[in-house]
Amino acid sequence: MNDRLAITLNVNGQSYPVTVEPRKSLADALREDCGLTGTHLGCEHGVCGACTVIVDGRPVRSCLMFAVQAEGLAVCTVEGLAEGEALHPLQRHFWEQHGLQCGFCTPGFLMLAAGAFEADPTIDEAEMIDVLSSNLCRCTGYQNIAKAVSLALQDMRAGV
Amino acid sequence: MKPAAFDYHRPTDVVAALALLDAHGADGKVLAGGQSLVAAMNFRLARPGVLIDVNRIAELDYLRVEGGHLRVGALTRHAAFHRPVVDGPLGTLLSRVVEHVAHYPIRQRGTFAGSLAHADPASEWCLTATVLDAEISVRSLRGARSIPASAFFKGTFTTALEPDELITEIRLPLLDAGWRGGFSEFSRRAGDFALAMALAVLRVESGVIRAARLGIGGVADRAIRLHAVEAALVGREATESIFRAAGAEASRAVEPSADIHASSEYRRDLIAAMVARALAEAAA
Repeated sequence: MNDRLAITLNVNGQSYPVTVEPRKSLADALREDCGLTGTHLGCEHGVCGACTVIVDGRPVRSCLMFAVQAEGLAVCTVEGLAEGEALHPLQRHFWEQHGLQCGFCTPGFLMLAAGAFEADPTIDEAEMIDVLSSNLCRCTGYQNIAKAVSLALQDMRAGV
Repeated sequence: MKPAAFDYHRPTDVVAALALLDAHGADGKVLAGGQSLVAAMNFRLARPGVLIDVNRIAELDYLRVEGGHLRVGALTRHAAFHRPVVDGPLGTLLSRVVEHVAHYPIRQRGTFAGSLAHADPASEWCLTATVLDAEISVRSLRGARSIPASAFFKGTFTTALEPDELITEIRLPLLDAGWRGGFSEFSRRAGDFALAMALAVLRVESGVIRAARLGIGGVADRAIRLHAVEAALVGREATESIFRAAGAEASRAVEPSADIHASSEYRRDLIAAMVARALAEAAA
Protein backbone atom coordinates (compact mmCIF):
# COMPACT_ATOMS: atom_id res chain seq x y z
CA MET A 1 0.00 0.00 0.00
CA ASN A 2 1.03 3.56 -0.62
CA ASP A 3 3.65 2.51 -3.15
CA ARG A 4 4.56 5.26 -5.51
CA LEU A 5 4.01 4.54 -9.18
CA ALA A 6 6.17 5.82 -12.03
CA ILE A 7 3.93 7.07 -14.81
CA THR A 8 4.15 9.49 -17.69
CA LEU A 9 1.58 12.25 -18.00
CA ASN A 10 0.96 13.79 -21.40
CA VAL A 11 0.07 17.42 -20.77
CA ASN A 12 -0.32 20.01 -23.52
CA GLY A 13 1.57 17.73 -25.88
CA GLN A 14 4.56 17.33 -23.56
CA SER A 15 5.61 14.24 -21.64
CA TYR A 16 6.04 14.56 -17.89
CA PRO A 17 7.54 11.50 -16.18
CA VAL A 18 6.28 11.63 -12.59
CA THR A 19 6.28 9.31 -9.60
CA VAL A 20 3.08 9.53 -7.63
CA GLU A 21 1.10 7.75 -4.98
CA PRO A 22 -2.14 6.31 -6.41
CA ARG A 23 -4.10 8.66 -4.15
CA LYS A 24 -2.62 11.79 -5.71
CA SER A 25 -5.24 13.71 -7.66
CA LEU A 26 -4.55 14.73 -11.23
CA ALA A 27 -4.88 18.34 -10.08
CA ASP A 28 -2.17 17.96 -7.44
CA ALA A 29 0.12 16.10 -9.86
CA LEU A 30 -0.29 18.85 -12.46
CA ARG A 31 0.57 21.53 -9.93
CA GLU A 32 3.22 19.83 -7.80
CA ASP A 33 4.86 17.31 -10.13
CA CYS A 34 4.49 18.98 -13.52
CA GLY A 35 4.86 22.53 -12.18
CA LEU A 36 1.73 23.63 -14.04
CA THR A 37 0.12 25.83 -11.42
CA GLY A 38 -2.42 27.37 -13.79
CA THR A 39 -4.88 24.68 -12.71
CA HIS A 40 -6.45 25.88 -9.47
CA LEU A 41 -7.97 23.87 -6.66
CA GLY A 42 -10.98 25.22 -4.83
CA CYS A 43 -13.38 22.81 -3.18
CA GLU A 44 -11.57 19.53 -3.98
CA HIS A 45 -14.82 17.63 -4.21
CA GLY A 46 -16.09 18.40 -7.68
CA VAL A 47 -18.41 21.29 -6.95
CA CYS A 48 -16.57 24.52 -7.83
CA GLY A 49 -14.94 23.59 -11.13
CA ALA A 50 -11.75 25.64 -10.61
CA CYS A 51 -9.66 22.54 -11.41
CA THR A 52 -11.38 21.76 -14.73
CA VAL A 53 -8.97 20.47 -17.37
CA ILE A 54 -9.53 18.70 -20.68
CA VAL A 55 -8.81 14.96 -20.74
CA ASP A 56 -9.06 13.20 -24.10
CA GLY A 57 -11.17 16.03 -25.48
CA ARG A 58 -13.62 16.30 -22.58
CA PRO A 59 -13.67 18.82 -19.72
CA VAL A 60 -13.38 17.03 -16.39
CA ARG A 61 -12.75 17.87 -12.73
CA SER A 62 -9.09 17.09 -12.09
CA CYS A 63 -9.78 16.84 -8.32
CA LEU A 64 -12.04 13.83 -8.96
CA MET A 65 -9.51 11.93 -11.03
CA PHE A 66 -6.33 10.33 -9.80
CA ALA A 67 -3.14 11.13 -11.68
CA VAL A 68 -2.56 7.42 -12.35
CA GLN A 69 -5.87 7.33 -14.20
CA ALA A 70 -4.59 9.88 -16.70
CA GLU A 71 -1.71 7.64 -17.77
CA GLY A 72 -1.81 7.35 -21.55
CA LEU A 73 -4.48 10.03 -21.95
CA ALA A 74 -4.08 13.52 -23.43
CA VAL A 75 -4.42 16.22 -20.78
CA CYS A 76 -4.82 19.89 -21.68
CA THR A 77 -4.50 22.63 -19.08
CA VAL A 78 -4.87 26.39 -19.26
CA GLU A 79 -1.14 26.65 -20.04
CA GLY A 80 -1.86 24.90 -23.34
CA LEU A 81 -4.62 27.24 -24.46
CA ALA A 82 -2.70 30.15 -26.00
CA GLU A 83 -0.54 29.61 -29.06
CA GLY A 84 2.66 31.34 -28.06
CA GLU A 85 1.81 34.99 -27.52
CA ALA A 86 -1.55 34.69 -29.31
CA LEU A 87 -4.35 34.33 -26.81
CA HIS A 88 -7.08 31.75 -27.37
CA PRO A 89 -10.41 33.43 -28.35
CA LEU A 90 -11.78 32.56 -24.91
CA GLN A 91 -8.85 34.23 -23.17
CA ARG A 92 -9.11 37.29 -25.41
CA HIS A 93 -12.81 37.77 -24.77
CA PHE A 94 -12.50 37.14 -21.02
CA TRP A 95 -9.97 39.95 -21.02
CA GLU A 96 -12.01 42.29 -23.22
CA GLN A 97 -15.35 41.61 -21.49
CA HIS A 98 -13.86 41.73 -17.99
CA GLY A 99 -14.91 38.12 -17.44
CA LEU A 100 -12.85 37.89 -14.28
CA GLN A 101 -11.96 39.84 -11.22
CA CYS A 102 -9.78 37.89 -8.80
CA GLY A 103 -9.04 35.28 -11.47
CA PHE A 104 -9.15 32.22 -9.24
CA CYS A 105 -11.96 30.53 -11.16
CA THR A 106 -10.78 31.68 -14.58
CA PRO A 107 -8.63 28.68 -15.65
CA GLY A 108 -11.53 26.39 -14.82
CA PHE A 109 -14.03 28.43 -16.81
CA LEU A 110 -11.66 28.66 -19.78
CA MET A 111 -11.04 24.92 -19.87
CA LEU A 112 -14.73 24.19 -19.30
CA ALA A 113 -15.83 26.26 -22.28
CA ALA A 114 -12.89 25.17 -24.45
CA GLY A 115 -13.56 21.54 -23.61
CA ALA A 116 -17.30 21.77 -24.25
CA PHE A 117 -16.58 23.28 -27.67
CA GLU A 118 -13.97 20.62 -28.40
CA ALA A 119 -16.39 17.85 -27.38
CA ASP A 120 -19.16 19.31 -29.55
CA PRO A 121 -18.29 22.09 -32.02
CA THR A 122 -22.01 22.41 -32.86
CA ILE A 123 -22.87 23.41 -29.27
CA ASP A 124 -25.27 26.37 -29.29
CA GLU A 125 -25.35 29.37 -27.01
CA ALA A 126 -28.12 28.08 -24.72
CA GLU A 127 -26.29 24.77 -24.25
CA MET A 128 -23.09 26.66 -23.51
CA ILE A 129 -24.85 28.74 -20.84
CA ASP A 130 -25.99 25.48 -19.24
CA VAL A 131 -22.40 24.21 -19.38
CA LEU A 132 -21.22 27.39 -17.64
CA SER A 133 -23.55 26.62 -14.72
CA SER A 134 -21.05 23.88 -13.82
CA ASN A 135 -18.50 26.26 -12.31
CA LEU A 136 -18.53 28.81 -9.53
CA CYS A 137 -17.32 32.41 -9.68
CA ARG A 138 -17.56 34.58 -6.58
CA CYS A 139 -16.66 37.93 -8.20
CA THR A 140 -18.25 38.60 -11.55
CA GLY A 141 -21.91 37.72 -11.17
CA TYR A 142 -21.41 35.53 -14.27
CA GLN A 143 -22.79 38.04 -16.78
CA ASN A 144 -19.40 39.01 -18.14
CA ILE A 145 -18.29 35.39 -18.26
CA ALA A 146 -21.39 34.46 -20.26
CA LYS A 147 -20.80 37.45 -22.56
CA ALA A 148 -17.16 36.56 -23.11
CA VAL A 149 -17.94 32.92 -23.85
CA SER A 150 -20.74 33.83 -26.27
CA LEU A 151 -18.42 36.11 -28.24
CA ALA A 152 -15.64 33.53 -28.14
CA LEU A 153 -18.06 30.87 -29.36
CA GLN A 154 -18.70 32.95 -32.49
CA ASP A 155 -14.96 33.31 -33.09
CA MET A 156 -14.29 29.62 -32.44
CA ARG A 157 -17.03 28.65 -34.90
CA ALA A 158 -15.55 31.01 -37.47
CA GLY A 159 -12.07 29.68 -36.68
CA VAL A 160 -10.75 33.16 -35.84
CA MET B 1 -6.96 17.30 0.78
CA LYS B 2 -5.90 13.70 0.34
CA PRO B 3 -7.82 10.45 0.38
CA ALA B 4 -6.50 7.67 2.61
CA ALA B 5 -3.88 5.52 0.89
CA PHE B 6 -5.07 2.63 -1.27
CA ASP B 7 -3.74 0.03 -3.65
CA TYR B 8 -4.61 0.69 -7.25
CA HIS B 9 -5.47 -1.87 -9.89
CA ARG B 10 -6.46 -1.25 -13.48
CA PRO B 11 -7.72 -4.47 -15.06
CA THR B 12 -8.43 -4.47 -18.80
CA ASP B 13 -11.03 -7.23 -18.88
CA VAL B 14 -14.04 -8.18 -16.78
CA VAL B 15 -12.64 -11.50 -15.56
CA ALA B 16 -9.55 -9.80 -14.16
CA ALA B 17 -11.76 -7.25 -12.40
CA LEU B 18 -13.89 -10.02 -10.90
CA ALA B 19 -10.78 -11.83 -9.66
CA LEU B 20 -9.64 -8.64 -7.92
CA LEU B 21 -13.07 -8.11 -6.37
CA ASP B 22 -13.05 -11.73 -5.22
CA ALA B 23 -9.58 -11.40 -3.71
CA HIS B 24 -10.23 -8.15 -1.86
CA GLY B 25 -13.80 -8.61 -0.66
CA ALA B 26 -15.35 -5.69 1.16
CA ASP B 27 -12.03 -3.80 1.15
CA GLY B 28 -12.10 -3.59 -2.64
CA LYS B 29 -14.11 -0.88 -4.34
CA VAL B 30 -14.89 -0.43 -8.01
CA LEU B 31 -13.76 2.90 -9.43
CA ALA B 32 -15.81 3.86 -12.48
CA GLY B 33 -16.47 7.56 -13.12
CA GLY B 34 -15.48 8.32 -9.55
CA GLN B 35 -17.60 11.46 -9.41
CA SER B 36 -19.20 10.45 -6.11
CA LEU B 37 -16.64 7.97 -4.81
CA VAL B 38 -13.58 10.19 -5.16
CA ALA B 39 -15.37 13.14 -3.57
CA ALA B 40 -16.29 10.88 -0.64
CA MET B 41 -12.68 9.65 -0.49
CA ASN B 42 -11.35 13.23 -0.49
CA PHE B 43 -13.47 13.84 2.61
CA ARG B 44 -12.38 10.44 3.97
CA LEU B 45 -16.02 9.46 4.27
CA ALA B 46 -14.94 6.47 2.17
CA ARG B 47 -11.60 4.75 2.77
CA PRO B 48 -11.38 1.74 0.49
CA GLY B 49 -8.09 -0.15 0.84
CA VAL B 50 -8.11 -1.25 -2.78
CA LEU B 51 -9.45 0.55 -5.84
CA ILE B 52 -10.28 -1.49 -8.93
CA ASP B 53 -10.38 0.99 -11.80
CA VAL B 54 -12.69 -0.35 -14.53
CA ASN B 55 -12.22 2.60 -16.90
CA ARG B 56 -10.00 0.64 -19.30
CA ILE B 57 -12.30 -2.37 -19.65
CA ALA B 58 -13.30 -1.80 -23.28
CA GLU B 59 -15.84 -4.65 -23.29
CA LEU B 60 -18.03 -2.66 -20.85
CA ASP B 61 -18.11 0.43 -23.07
CA TYR B 62 -21.12 0.02 -25.36
CA LEU B 63 -24.65 1.19 -25.91
CA ARG B 64 -26.88 -0.77 -28.24
CA VAL B 65 -30.46 -1.71 -29.02
CA GLU B 66 -31.12 -5.43 -28.96
CA GLY B 67 -34.12 -7.67 -28.28
CA GLY B 68 -36.51 -4.86 -27.39
CA HIS B 69 -34.07 -3.33 -24.92
CA LEU B 70 -31.57 -0.53 -24.78
CA ARG B 71 -28.47 -2.27 -23.44
CA VAL B 72 -26.29 0.12 -21.50
CA GLY B 73 -22.76 -1.17 -20.93
CA ALA B 74 -21.40 -0.41 -17.50
CA LEU B 75 -18.88 2.15 -18.78
CA THR B 76 -21.46 4.30 -20.55
CA ARG B 77 -20.98 7.89 -19.33
CA HIS B 78 -23.90 10.16 -18.53
CA ALA B 79 -22.86 12.42 -21.41
CA ALA B 80 -23.65 9.64 -23.89
CA PHE B 81 -27.32 10.46 -23.34
CA HIS B 82 -27.05 14.20 -24.18
CA ARG B 83 -28.42 13.41 -27.64
CA PRO B 84 -31.12 10.72 -27.98
CA VAL B 85 -29.38 7.33 -28.10
CA VAL B 86 -32.34 5.55 -29.65
CA ASP B 87 -35.25 6.67 -31.84
CA GLY B 88 -38.57 7.04 -30.08
CA PRO B 89 -39.75 8.11 -26.64
CA LEU B 90 -37.01 6.36 -24.61
CA GLY B 91 -34.10 8.22 -26.24
CA THR B 92 -35.95 11.52 -25.91
CA LEU B 93 -36.78 10.90 -22.26
CA LEU B 94 -33.20 9.92 -21.35
CA SER B 95 -31.83 13.04 -23.04
CA ARG B 96 -34.33 15.10 -21.07
CA VAL B 97 -33.40 13.47 -17.75
CA VAL B 98 -29.63 13.67 -18.25
CA GLU B 99 -29.76 17.48 -18.24
CA HIS B 100 -30.43 17.19 -14.52
CA VAL B 101 -27.63 14.74 -13.72
CA ALA B 102 -25.06 16.89 -11.90
CA HIS B 103 -23.03 19.22 -14.16
CA TYR B 104 -21.56 18.88 -17.63
CA PRO B 105 -17.99 17.93 -16.62
CA ILE B 106 -19.32 15.44 -14.06
CA ARG B 107 -21.43 13.90 -16.84
CA GLN B 108 -18.29 13.39 -18.94
CA ARG B 109 -16.84 11.00 -16.33
CA GLY B 110 -19.72 9.62 -14.28
CA THR B 111 -21.40 6.45 -15.50
CA PHE B 112 -25.00 5.27 -15.62
CA ALA B 113 -24.07 2.00 -13.89
CA GLY B 114 -22.03 3.84 -11.27
CA SER B 115 -25.07 5.94 -10.36
CA LEU B 116 -27.10 2.80 -9.77
CA ALA B 117 -24.34 1.16 -7.73
CA HIS B 118 -23.95 4.30 -5.63
CA ALA B 119 -27.74 4.47 -5.06
CA ASP B 120 -28.01 8.09 -4.00
CA PRO B 121 -31.67 8.74 -3.11
CA ALA B 122 -31.58 11.84 -5.34
CA SER B 123 -30.15 10.05 -8.37
CA GLU B 124 -32.07 10.66 -11.58
CA TRP B 125 -30.89 7.36 -13.07
CA CYS B 126 -32.04 5.37 -10.03
CA LEU B 127 -35.50 6.88 -10.50
CA THR B 128 -35.35 6.16 -14.23
CA ALA B 129 -34.38 2.53 -13.61
CA THR B 130 -37.18 2.16 -11.08
CA VAL B 131 -39.92 3.64 -13.26
CA LEU B 132 -38.84 1.92 -16.49
CA ASP B 133 -38.34 -1.51 -14.84
CA ALA B 134 -34.66 -1.76 -15.71
CA GLU B 135 -32.81 -5.05 -15.34
CA ILE B 136 -29.33 -4.87 -13.86
CA SER B 137 -26.83 -7.54 -14.92
CA VAL B 138 -24.12 -8.30 -12.40
CA ARG B 139 -21.23 -10.73 -12.43
CA SER B 140 -18.87 -12.27 -9.95
CA LEU B 141 -16.54 -15.27 -10.12
CA ARG B 142 -19.47 -17.19 -8.64
CA GLY B 143 -21.59 -16.49 -11.70
CA ALA B 144 -23.93 -13.99 -13.32
CA ARG B 145 -27.38 -12.82 -12.33
CA SER B 146 -29.92 -10.24 -13.37
CA ILE B 147 -31.62 -8.10 -10.77
CA PRO B 148 -34.81 -6.13 -11.47
CA ALA B 149 -34.64 -2.51 -10.36
CA SER B 150 -37.50 -3.19 -7.93
CA ALA B 151 -35.21 -5.55 -5.99
CA PHE B 152 -31.91 -3.72 -6.54
CA PHE B 153 -32.26 -0.61 -4.38
CA LYS B 154 -32.27 -1.32 -0.65
CA GLY B 155 -31.92 2.18 0.78
CA THR B 156 -29.56 5.15 0.90
CA PHE B 157 -26.25 4.10 -0.73
CA THR B 158 -27.35 0.47 -0.33
CA THR B 159 -28.10 -2.05 -3.09
CA ALA B 160 -28.46 -5.78 -3.65
CA LEU B 161 -24.88 -5.91 -5.01
CA GLU B 162 -22.59 -8.28 -3.12
CA PRO B 163 -19.03 -7.06 -2.42
CA ASP B 164 -17.57 -9.36 -5.10
CA GLU B 165 -20.10 -8.38 -7.77
CA LEU B 166 -19.66 -5.96 -10.67
CA ILE B 167 -22.47 -4.38 -12.69
CA THR B 168 -21.83 -5.23 -16.33
CA GLU B 169 -24.97 -3.95 -18.02
CA ILE B 170 -28.33 -2.25 -17.51
CA ARG B 171 -31.22 -3.12 -19.79
CA LEU B 172 -34.00 -0.60 -20.32
CA PRO B 173 -37.13 -1.80 -22.14
CA LEU B 174 -37.72 0.23 -25.30
CA LEU B 175 -40.86 2.37 -25.39
CA ASP B 176 -42.86 2.15 -28.60
CA ALA B 177 -44.18 5.25 -30.30
CA GLY B 178 -47.42 5.28 -28.26
CA TRP B 179 -45.58 6.23 -25.06
CA ARG B 180 -44.51 9.70 -23.99
CA GLY B 181 -42.20 10.57 -21.13
CA GLY B 182 -42.15 13.53 -18.79
CA PHE B 183 -39.67 14.56 -16.13
CA SER B 184 -39.66 17.35 -13.58
CA GLU B 185 -37.09 18.15 -10.92
CA PHE B 186 -36.69 20.89 -8.37
CA SER B 187 -33.32 21.93 -7.00
CA ARG B 188 -32.23 25.32 -5.71
CA ARG B 189 -29.45 25.75 -8.25
CA ALA B 190 -28.78 24.09 -11.61
CA GLY B 191 -27.01 20.79 -11.05
CA ASP B 192 -27.73 20.54 -7.34
CA PHE B 193 -29.17 17.38 -5.86
CA ALA B 194 -32.92 17.15 -6.39
CA LEU B 195 -35.11 18.16 -3.48
CA ALA B 196 -37.85 16.31 -5.33
CA MET B 197 -38.34 14.92 -8.82
CA ALA B 198 -40.90 12.92 -10.73
CA LEU B 199 -40.72 10.76 -13.82
CA ALA B 200 -43.85 9.79 -15.72
CA VAL B 201 -44.43 7.69 -18.81
CA LEU B 202 -47.91 7.71 -20.31
CA ARG B 203 -49.74 6.06 -23.15
CA VAL B 204 -52.55 8.41 -24.11
CA GLU B 205 -55.10 7.55 -26.81
CA SER B 206 -57.85 9.98 -27.87
CA GLY B 207 -57.24 12.02 -24.75
CA VAL B 208 -57.59 9.05 -22.40
CA ILE B 209 -54.75 7.55 -20.37
CA ARG B 210 -54.39 3.88 -21.34
CA ALA B 211 -51.25 3.06 -19.38
CA ALA B 212 -49.09 4.92 -16.87
CA ARG B 213 -45.79 4.52 -15.07
CA LEU B 214 -44.86 7.00 -12.40
CA GLY B 215 -42.20 7.43 -9.75
CA ILE B 216 -40.63 10.04 -7.50
CA GLY B 217 -37.12 10.54 -6.18
CA GLY B 218 -35.11 12.69 -3.80
CA VAL B 219 -37.80 12.41 -1.14
CA ALA B 220 -37.01 9.14 0.65
CA ASP B 221 -34.16 6.63 1.04
CA ARG B 222 -34.69 5.43 -2.53
CA ALA B 223 -36.78 6.16 -5.63
CA ILE B 224 -40.42 5.24 -5.14
CA ARG B 225 -42.68 3.70 -7.75
CA LEU B 226 -46.27 4.91 -7.30
CA HIS B 227 -48.24 1.87 -8.42
CA ALA B 228 -51.52 2.98 -6.81
CA VAL B 229 -51.38 6.40 -8.48
CA GLU B 230 -50.54 4.74 -11.79
CA ALA B 231 -53.60 2.48 -11.49
CA ALA B 232 -55.83 5.43 -10.61
CA LEU B 233 -54.71 7.30 -13.74
CA VAL B 234 -55.60 4.55 -16.20
CA GLY B 235 -58.92 5.22 -17.90
CA ARG B 236 -58.97 8.88 -16.86
CA GLU B 237 -58.78 11.82 -19.22
CA ALA B 238 -55.37 13.41 -19.63
CA THR B 239 -56.22 16.80 -18.16
CA GLU B 240 -54.54 19.27 -15.83
CA SER B 241 -57.03 18.63 -13.05
CA ILE B 242 -56.42 14.87 -13.20
CA PHE B 243 -52.68 15.50 -13.08
CA ARG B 244 -53.04 17.82 -10.10
CA ALA B 245 -55.17 15.24 -8.31
CA ALA B 246 -52.51 12.61 -9.03
CA GLY B 247 -49.87 14.96 -7.63
CA ALA B 248 -51.89 15.40 -4.44
CA GLU B 249 -52.36 11.64 -4.13
CA ALA B 250 -48.63 11.08 -4.68
CA SER B 251 -47.74 13.57 -1.98
CA ARG B 252 -49.88 11.65 0.52
CA ALA B 253 -48.42 8.29 -0.48
CA VAL B 254 -45.05 8.89 1.21
CA GLU B 255 -43.57 10.40 4.34
CA PRO B 256 -40.96 12.66 2.72
CA SER B 257 -37.50 12.93 4.24
CA ALA B 258 -36.38 16.13 5.97
CA ASP B 259 -32.86 17.60 5.99
CA ILE B 260 -31.13 20.98 6.04
CA HIS B 261 -32.22 21.57 2.44
CA ALA B 262 -35.96 21.06 2.84
CA SER B 263 -38.51 20.11 5.46
CA SER B 264 -40.82 17.15 5.03
CA GLU B 265 -43.78 19.49 4.49
CA TYR B 266 -41.95 21.42 1.80
CA ARG B 267 -40.98 18.20 0.02
CA ARG B 268 -44.60 17.06 0.19
CA ASP B 269 -45.67 20.20 -1.69
CA LEU B 270 -42.83 19.70 -4.17
CA ILE B 271 -43.91 16.11 -4.86
CA ALA B 272 -47.42 17.30 -5.77
CA ALA B 273 -46.00 19.92 -8.15
CA MET B 274 -43.34 17.67 -9.70
CA VAL B 275 -45.77 14.81 -10.32
CA ALA B 276 -48.35 17.11 -11.92
CA ARG B 277 -45.69 18.69 -14.14
CA ALA B 278 -44.13 15.38 -15.20
CA LEU B 279 -47.57 14.00 -16.10
CA ALA B 280 -48.48 17.16 -18.04
CA GLU B 281 -45.22 16.96 -19.97
CA ALA B 282 -45.83 13.28 -20.76
CA ALA B 283 -49.30 14.09 -22.06
CA ALA B 284 -48.27 17.13 -24.10
